[in-house]
Amino acid sequence: MSERAETSPLAVFREYCDKGDLAYQVTEDGEAVFYPRLVAPKTGGALEWKVSKGLGTVYATTTLHPRNGEPYDVSMIDLDEGFRMMSRVENIDPADVKIGMRVKVRMIPGTDDQPVYPVFDPVEG
Amino acid sequence: MSNHRGNIAIVGTAESDLGVVAPDMTPFDLMAQGTMRALDNCGLKLSDVDGYFAATSQSRMVAMAMCEYLGIQPKYFDSTQIGGSSFMAHVAHAQAAIAAGVCEVVVIAYGSTQRSVSRAAASAREPNAYEDPYKPMMPPSAYALAASRHMHEYGTTREQLAEIAVAARNWAKLNPVAYRQDDLTVDDVLNAPMISYPFTVRDCCLVTDGGGAIVITTPERAKDLKTKPAYVLGTGEHISHNMISAMPDMTVSGAAHSGPIAYKEAGVTVKDIDVFELYDAFTINTLLFLEDLGVCAKGEGGAFVENNRIGPGGEVPVNTNGGGLSYCHPGMYGLFLLIEATRQIQGVCGDRQVDDVNLAIAHGNGGVLSSQCTVILGSEDTL
Repeated sequence: MSERAETSPLAVFREYCDKGDLAYQVTEDGEAVFYPRLVAPKTGGALEWKVSKGLGTVYATTTLHPRNGEPYDVSMIDLDEGFRMMSRVENIDPADVKIGMRVKVRMIPGTDDQPVYPVFDPVEG
Repeated sequence: MSNHRGNIAIVGTAESDLGVVAPDMTPFDLMAQGTMRALDNCGLKLSDVDGYFAATSQSRMVAMAMCEYLGIQPKYFDSTQIGGSSFMAHVAHAQAAIAAGVCEVVVIAYGSTQRSVSRAAASAREPNAYEDPYKPMMPPSAYALAASRHMHEYGTTREQLAEIAVAARNWAKLNPVAYRQDDLTVDDVLNAPMISYPFTVRDCCLVTDGGGAIVITTPERAKDLKTKPAYVLGTGEHISHNMISAMPDMTVSGAAHSGPIAYKEAGVTVKDIDVFELYDAFTINTLLFLEDLGVCAKGEGGAFVENNRIGPGGEVPVNTNGGGLSYCHPGMYGLFLLIEATRQIQGVCGDRQVDDVNLAIAHGNGGVLSSQCTVILGSEDTL
């Protein structure tokens, strides 16, 4: 921690995303951590970057109904490696996204307004 | 029981103007109005105040703004900002300050003009790279996600959530200053415009202006005042997360931690509590807090609220002022729970007064189920 951080956790996360990889971190005890940080929660110890297999399960889900525009999904995804993140399940009617559904990550490429970010698609089994 | 039990009391309460306030009023105007009304309520003067606590979403340095506005230089000030439960945290922190002998007469104030200036203008959004891309509507979507998980694990239904909104409305009809007084049925809730499934607009709190203040002092000072004191018997504070995607278990709130701390300090159990004032930003809140504060078992909240059990005349009086769902909700509602719990103990609630109230809970929630603070108040008989 005494050395200057040359890159931010968010910048590293997005570099992985640009390569199509969903990155997360693990503590010295092997506990998965998300969102990416400089310091391990609880212990204050070091964190190591890992790449997820990108497979997970919908933990919670809501369909938003904007006053102007089409309904869309916001879900919590539990990744198989043991971390949770907010995301969107695509390629399915948002009302049909169900808790327990298996999903796989896919990257939405960055634009001028929105850097690269991960979404999920339903998968069999 | 801790040695803090009953060492301070809420003696003065007041709402500022509520609903839609006059054009160009500021949160500071409402806090000043609430401060003077609350001091008048108990018979203290501005010059008696030596501790000032305040929070609002519309000012980052609100204690400074209010000390300037009121022309006071209190010995102790605090702008703790943990969302809607800030005011319960203020009570706990005021208790510590008074116990330490730093101050003796504390005002806790709140003001918001979010209906007049719009929700977006009233609450600065903090960028969040891990949630913003998905465009959740905050805060409703966060609570909707929690509701989805509760429905999945325990079979809780939208109809049961709607019963919570109906109970709140029926209490509001007994409160002359409640914002919504018109009839509301379970079908009305279910058929209202959908916001973030499973919530329609009637599962969501009101968007109003409003504010107010409470005055706290020592039992010795309380003896000479105009009002019946509501003694602070126990407090509990808990922060479990900040962003909703970091909430450990979306079916269990931090009330499961703050409640037991407060019960232990007060030396009471949930069975002793006569009235529950629970932060109902959304219908799921009331259900989670009934479970997490031990009124019913985890997972049984849906069945518990059926058949008007928490409404007027029901077995367990909850949110007797009409709640954030029907009385008022200027964005950080916690102060109003403390006001109502105090008034129920004072026996001054008119048509909505619950019989023989000696113990009341005011439970505050902040952020997206993030901060949970419980305050247990008691009448003189409970000391």
